[in-house]
Amino acid sequence: MSPTLTDANAAARDPSDGLAILESRGSTAETFGIPLAVLAELTHRCPLQCPYCSNPVELDRGGSELTTEEWKKVLTELAEIGVLQIHFSGGEPTARKDLVELVQHASNVGLYSNLITSAVLLTKERLSALADAGLCHVQISFQGNEPLVANRVAGLKNAHEKKLEVAKWTRQLDLPLTVNAVMHRQNLFQLADIIQMAVDLDADRLEVANVQYYGWALKNRAALMPTIEQIEETSRIVEEAEIRLKGILAIDYVVPDYYALRPKKCMGGWGRQFFNISPAGKVLPCHAAESITGMEFESVRSNHSIAWIWQNSEAFNRYRGTGWMPEPCQSCEFKEVDFGGCRCQAFALTGDAGNTDPACTLSPLHQQIFKMAESEAAADNNRFIYRNFAGGTLETGGDHGA
Amino acid sequence: MAAARNISVSETSRPRLPRHAKLKFDETRQRWVILAPERVLAPDEIAVEVLQLCDGVRSVEQMIDQLAEKYAADRNAIATDVIAMLQDLADKGFLTEAREKTS
Repeated sequence: MSPTLTDANAAARDPSDGLAILESRGSTAETFGIPLAVLAELTHRCPLQCPYCSNPVELDRGGSELTTEEWKKVLTELAEIGVLQIHFSGGEPTARKDLVELVQHASNVGLYSNLITSAVLLTKERLSALADAGLCHVQISFQGNEPLVANRVAGLKNAHEKKLEVAKWTRQLDLPLTVNAVMHRQNLFQLADIIQMAVDLDADRLEVANVQYYGWALKNRAALMPTIEQIEETSRIVEEAEIRLKGILAIDYVVPDYYALRPKKCMGGWGRQFFNISPAGKVLPCHAAESITGMEFESVRSNHSIAWIWQNSEAFNRYRGTGWMPEPCQSCEFKEVDFGGCRCQAFALTGDAGNTDPACTLSPLHQQIFKMAESEAAADNNRFIYRNFAGGTLETGGDHGA
Repeated sequence: MAAARNISVSETSRPRLPRHAKLKFDETRQRWVILAPERVLAPDEIAVEVLQLCDGVRSVEQMIDQLAEKYAADRNAIATDVIAMLQDLADKGFLTEAREKTS
């Protein structure tokens, strides 16, 4: 028999596979097929203060957030142009009082909805209402496998206990569950226990995501950077668990790229298969894109359609494809494999988003970055700068959640 | 345990898509897709036809009878192919057995 299913996401590894089947079929944004999935960051408000938060350091204030009606209009438009899945994220998406209404609207217009949450604000009644509104999948972040580490990283008392409770409700409601574990030097020793926790919670998937260093995580890099020995141990644990738990728990593993040889194919290539919408309505090629200063991003509040912004805006076209690439990328045989790595990381580490991502061994800066990672990990300075609207607060002895 | 969700397909099974897997016709791209957490899959025509019969009420036996009649094909051959395909889909987490809701 021929393959029954073509995995659209396999395109992240090979540009000539299944995603092409879906993305090449004429969508409204004809030239660059509209993405299959879009990330909607409903708010930057969040009760947690994780030092590696993927939000920009300059957070959108509550008052600038899109209204319920604006978000509904966005969801309708996304469905019309061919988006199939919507990921509701933040900040903490459940901090929006209208979340049930937005999930219901996503269902009404035919979008598959996913909730990416810290879970700490959810009640059983609200989760049940979300399920009734058609929510398809829940992803809960965990900061560790027990309260001492987890609540300190989250900067919130009782967060871990609450997450465990919500994860159980999720499965009781027969909603599929993904456990998202962001890993770094100060919790990697718990990885084996975190994997077991995901199995015990009856999760379908586990994301073992090593911190990526831009925004808040870049500010906290010295406190988060793992040692190379930890990374080797992590890969060993993940490989062993993938075999042992086949058919029980699917594991997605994101490696830390400072220690990699090749850069990651960030976002599947800039402006190629992903965009997200910020709380204030900016349409962004990546959730960290606003960290690249000097770039202008169009808003859903502008006169342009989302399809127009995707296809024609300057920000999406600046690093799209391979034409913009400098050497050593331009003549590299991998240029259509990794699309030059991550633009936000290139900007953070070299000051120019158009440079080769230093995660690549071919970057002239790679060796320097690698050595910096090693020495920061060895220095073992463990104090966090907690994420908040004030620009961050340095951890003191008694202020953490544990 | 998540392992309990894996099913073994036989002619008496009454499979259906689990809540997190949605079979949908994508108007934009003019083809059927399965939507699942963090994934979009493109089933082939035969898989779509079989999946549309997986309503949790119909047994695999009935599905095979229906397809054998429709295609005027040998029932044994159809049975082998259909069960293999359903087992493959079940192993990937896109089919479950009809059961009482636990909540």
